[in-house]
Amino acid sequence: MGRYIGGRIISMLITFLIIASLTFFLMKLLPGTPFNNQDKLTETQIVQLNDKYGLNDPVPVQYFNYMKNLLSGDLGVSFQQDGREVSTIIGERIGPSAYLGLQSLVVGTIIGLFLGIIAALKHNSFLDYGTMVIAVLGISIPNFVIAGLMQYWLGVKWQLLPVAYWDGFAYTIMPTIAIASIVVATIARFMRTEMLEVLGQDYITTAKAKGLSSTAVVIRHTIRNASIPIITIMGPLVVGLMTGTLVIEQIFVIPGLGEKFVNSILTNDFPIIMGTTLFFSLLFIIVILIVDIMYGIIDPRIRLAGGKS
Amino acid sequence: MKKSRWTLVLSLVLVLSVFLSACGGGSNNGGNSGGEGEGGSAEQVLNLTETAEIPSMDTTQATDNTSFKAMNQVFEGLYRLDENNEPTLGMAAEEPKEEEKDGETVYTFTIRDDAKWSDGSDVVAGDFIYAWHKALNPDTISPYASMFGTAGIKNGNAIITEGDPLYGKVEELGAKAVDDKTLEITVENQVPYFKSLLTFATFYPQPEAYAEEQGDKFALEADTMLYNGPFVFSEWNHGEGWTYEKNTEYWDADTVNLEKITTKIVQDVATTVNLYETGKIDRAGLSADFVDQFKDNEEFSTLVDPTMYFMRLNQGTEALANKDIRKALYLAYDREGLVNVLLNNGSIAAKYFVPKDFVKGPEGDDFREFAPDGFYADQGEEEAKEAWKSGLEALGKDSVELEFLTTDNELAAKIAEYAKDQFESKLDGLTITINKQPWKQFLELEDSGDFDISTGGWGPDYPDPMTFLYMFETDGEYNRMGYSSEKYDELVSGAKKETDEAKRWKMMQDAEKVLMEEDVAIVPTYQKGNAILQKDYVKNYYVHSFGADSSYKWIKIEK
Repeated sequence: MGRYIGGRIISMLITFLIIASLTFFLMKLLPGTPFNNQDKLTETQIVQLNDKYGLNDPVPVQYFNYMKNLLSGDLGVSFQQDGREVSTIIGERIGPSAYLGLQSLVVGTIIGLFLGIIAALKHNSFLDYGTMVIAVLGISIPNFVIAGLMQYWLGVKWQLLPVAYWDGFAYTIMPTIAIASIVVATIARFMRTEMLEVLGQDYITTAKAKGLSSTAVVIRHTIRNASIPIITIMGPLVVGLMTGTLVIEQIFVIPGLGEKFVNSILTNDFPIIMGTTLFFSLLFIIVILIVDIMYGIIDPRIRLAGGKS
Repeated sequence: MKKSRWTLVLSLVLVLSVFLSACGGGSNNGGNSGGEGEGGSAEQVLNLTETAEIPSMDTTQATDNTSFKAMNQVFEGLYRLDENNEPTLGMAAEEPKEEEKDGETVYTFTIRDDAKWSDGSDVVAGDFIYAWHKALNPDTISPYASMFGTAGIKNGNAIITEGDPLYGKVEELGAKAVDDKTLEITVENQVPYFKSLLTFATFYPQPEAYAEEQGDKFALEADTMLYNGPFVFSEWNHGEGWTYEKNTEYWDADTVNLEKITTKIVQDVATTVNLYETGKIDRAGLSADFVDQFKDNEEFSTLVDPTMYFMRLNQGTEALANKDIRKALYLAYDREGLVNVLLNNGSIAAKYFVPKDFVKGPEGDDFREFAPDGFYADQGEEEAKEAWKSGLEALGKDSVELEFLTTDNELAAKIAEYAKDQFESKLDGLTITINKQPWKQFLELEDSGDFDISTGGWGPDYPDPMTFLYMFETDGEYNRMGYSSEKYDELVSGAKKETDEAKRWKMMQDAEKVLMEEDVAIVPTYQKGNAILQKDYVKNYYVHSFGADSSYKWIKIEK
């Protein structure tokens, strides 16, 4: 197991360096300058500003400088907000994004599992169909539509919840529902399928035959076994939450990282592009690692296959 | 336990049915707005939104509207703009003494005794010099460094011109601190808008000792800067918003009514409108799609901006080198349809280039008054077709293909489609290909002349028609379309030097006439309007036609 994890961590670091290098060079291909009023700048001024930020050096030199600083933990300063540290900017933005992502994940997973289980247990009943309708809608209605409708009805019309801003628990409810909808839908469908499969297994029949109550069968055998594959979809879901909250952050005016990420690209703010991209990739890589490790723990076959090589 | 499961499922179904019914419900915008704060005493608090973060609070580094607007509330130059966009005394105690010397004018300003920074220290003449030198120094150069030259301040241009013997020698600038309260400015080229320019952020002072002490951190956070304007920043949460509070050290604090102004960054227009309707904010900008919904609302109004939109016609191409072809495009375009349907926000159809309600001449009348409806005002489709015909004959062709370069934002794309339709339906044999590009790419293509027609917009940098007219001089940096007219160049450069106001004014009007009537060099389309909602209890919200977008100093809440 230790060797397995060690190997994974090394390949993770390599992946990270490749992402950093690729992003750097792709970013350099973006047209224009990173200065927000370039049409009002004269040639001389552009040269001077480029000098100031070291943008006149050949790209390979810039690359090595950047990587050197990166390895010592220095992400540089933003071009657009003159002189503010990239790490500070990411630091002050990550809170709301992380909170919202986690809350949506937890709420969405719980409700999703719950719906999936009920649908499977009441297979082919009204409840089953109802749940699946919810699931299909949850996947097919874009979350910004859900967000807009909630904002109008719950916020403006009925004034039940605050329309926007980030100022306490009440402010998190609508964005959480909007983001969690896709989690609920995905997990409910998945859980239902897995449950149905497990319910048809011989060991369930055995368990029932040896006289266990149906509650015990469901809780001890069915749900536990059906839950394992859920871990597979948790990885992509978490990543989707990290990057997919952008529109929701914008609609509900949440000071998160998503807006920074997109705007930095539009404004050619190189250090912020690098900082946010690397931050997201690092999270992504770590999530994948955790999922892999959990697999290793739950399913010995995967661990063995990894250990052999 | 079973029961609670049921409740959960049921409540989810309920929530869902809300979405579904809302889908079909349409928008019957009810009148339940302003549910908050009814009948409360007139608390002097204003709640606003902005669409972008403040990129910089360093007066020498900012380039964008959000920054300039914020700075106008917390800093102050020698003058500030008043309700009528006229410069009124700010840090200057009185109008300066003027003295002519060797063809130069020396202005001696006295700074108010009670001009203070928010920490209680005095605003001194050296603070102005410090900031101005910083703006011109090649190491810390301001994107607006050219403003010193524009204001006519001695050596302002030379200091930022590479290769000039004075390049980088900031101490050669015609501005010096005689003593703590006396600032002397030497002007080598008098311009009528000199005092108005001094209201601009580039001419604000910076607290020298404090800024040096803060170093790199200066003006990055609310607590790493000092304020000398009507308000201070009490909070600045980057990316989220900022809060102003009344500056008790401000010399004119008695005039300032507002105690607090909150500003949140909201990019989504629908959210802005929803916040306005629930009374969370007091003023909201509307996009065209919301105008119809609020048109009849008492709180709705439109404002005209001195920002012009137009099409550059690349005169380096064979077809557009022909004046008749250009004239045909100019006349074929129905501007009314554009402003009434597509924009729908108070924008004005324009057959002129220097905007309305922007600057007044020596006689006190608006620049536009010499040709209020613009040029070729009474001509339309018929004349367009005639011009097109003779243009095609001259070219010896029966069809022309033109590329229309535009940016990729939603509105620009709609406007481009509209233009294509206008041109193609009225001018036989014309095919327009639309080339949509991201902003930066657009600029590069336009700069290198890689287009036939391109969309452009221009807002003033200083209150004078010259801020528009100088663009199309032969070597003008913003010409970009190969337009060259000796007559135009002569008039524009003549007007730049002319000191007689009436003559200068006439020259600029003639220049516009050459550009538009004689040469039909561009196709102006509209002057920008803004549709806004503002609560009726907000009084004295003054909007400016150049520089900072608005002033909060005089705002009052009357509930």
